[in-house]
Amino acid sequence: MQRDEKMKEKGSGLSRRTFLKVSGISLSVPVVLGHRTIKVAGAEVEVYGPGKVPIALTVNGAKHTAEVEPRVTLLEALRHELDLTGAKRVCDRATCGACTVIMDGKPVYSCSVLALEAQGKQITTAEGLLRGDRLHPVQQAFIDNDAQQCGFCTPGFVVACKVFLDKNPNPTPEEIQKGLGGNLCRCGTYVGVRAAVAQAANQYPNRKGGGNQSTSKGGR
Amino acid sequence: MRAFEYASPTTKEQAVSLLGNSWDEAEVLAGGTDLLSLMKDGCVAPKRLVNIKEIRELRGISAGGGGLRIGALATIQELLDNRAVSRAYPAITQAAEGITSPQIRSLGTIGGELCQRPRCWYYRAGYGLLATDEQGEPLVPSGDNRYHAILGNAGPAYFVHASSLAPALIALGAKVRLFGPDGVREMWLDQFFTTPLTADDRETALKPNEIVTEIIVPTALGVKSATYEVRQREALDWPLATASVALSMSGDRVRVARIVMGHVAPRPWRAAEAEQVLAEKAVTEEVAQKAGELALNGANSLSRNGYKIQLARVAVKRAILMAARGGRG
Repeated sequence: MQRDEKMKEKGSGLSRRTFLKVSGISLSVPVVLGHRTIKVAGAEVEVYGPGKVPIALTVNGAKHTAEVEPRVTLLEALRHELDLTGAKRVCDRATCGACTVIMDGKPVYSCSVLALEAQGKQITTAEGLLRGDRLHPVQQAFIDNDAQQCGFCTPGFVVACKVFLDKNPNPTPEEIQKGLGGNLCRCGTYVGVRAAVAQAANQYPNRKGGGNQSTSKGGR
Repeated sequence: MRAFEYASPTTKEQAVSLLGNSWDEAEVLAGGTDLLSLMKDGCVAPKRLVNIKEIRELRGISAGGGGLRIGALATIQELLDNRAVSRAYPAITQAAEGITSPQIRSLGTIGGELCQRPRCWYYRAGYGLLATDEQGEPLVPSGDNRYHAILGNAGPAYFVHASSLAPALIALGAKVRLFGPDGVREMWLDQFFTTPLTADDRETALKPNEIVTEIIVPTALGVKSATYEVRQREALDWPLATASVALSMSGDRVRVARIVMGHVAPRPWRAAEAEQVLAEKAVTEEVAQKAGELALNGANSLSRNGYKIQLARVAVKRAILMAARGGRG
């Protein structure tokens, strides 16, 4: 394990001394070490890292592979490994919403999910809302309602609004306000964002006529 | 964030074997919304993360004649969407509604909500759990303590416990089950929370090699409950003061009352004097007002948080009145 610890620094400032120390004994050790298996409570359990391990992520319907340390978040993997820069890194502490993506139908802060944990899940980012060249109704509504200013929070907001409408196709103004409680806009474009959600709701595919769909589908 | 190794066991026995005897060896990863932030800020630096989300038996919420069982991995959103919970235990649903971010509700788990670490900005900025300077002198009493404790704040802990669900669950008489190398431990949720005396202590009775497995809430038959929160803004933030109230009724009179305040002390804070004033009385505005005053009898403000005392009084009064109306605001 000591060896992994040192190899993890490759590419991010491996000191000359460490390099010499390690290279003498481990020239043949690959940088990606995968995992080791340990026996606990009568079962074999795989332990990954702390060096890089191979991962596979399904993002916007496409399968991607990368090699990351366990400490890499989904947000970092999306931006740095897969070049999907729609999800933004702002607070990086689960409080601003700029990194919002959809994971298995639920809105999540990608800064607070490890890339390793996101394997096997369906992940949708702002990029994945496009249908060819056509904007998603929520994206079009943001433009029509001037729902952004500097635009940094916008991809996270668009994703949060999309998943909110999936669950609440006929929202009341109060539900819209509450449903977007996980995203911050420092420019203060909330009035525009709420108007955009109301507009998009009118064009929503699974909207039902009449009645208030305030109750959720639950447990998806 | 320091590098760590990662394991994802499928049974609680495996999970416990993968944990260590000290907190720097390993931490439990559930929703991750608090833990990963703590690791990025260097507040905790475990060598291993044990992801417990693949342990199926820790999932789910089931309601039956005997009460309610909430698996430690049930998410805040699952709790909020559960009709049986909102019908019988409005105090729980109202507390969960106060966790206002849908993203946190989707990821965040009940076990994690109860074990989340204080939001104290000194702690999060690297001054340690007890927020001291290099000489060991506390920074909070003379510092920016506007969100700090007004009860149980004689030191050395001045932070407020961050859980919003704990006051509601304690008011309803919940127990917590833990699993460790020696098997299952069960205790009143009230006794699960402890006030740290050193910076290395934690805010719960959980040991480094234990996990929370489930919360058991007794039947709410004949019990009226409510949670009232005072908060600065509706969007994602922790409340300034909350009160959860459970009233066991006999006709229109209160038989036994349980009142627990949140975000006012280093642990969820039971208001015993206020509970007694409600006993054998019908709930009126005057009695509720009196209970609010008694609940804050022992309060001591720090230099900048005196306003929280009045907020907490109002929270207690309004929670009692809401509970008496069957949990409606």
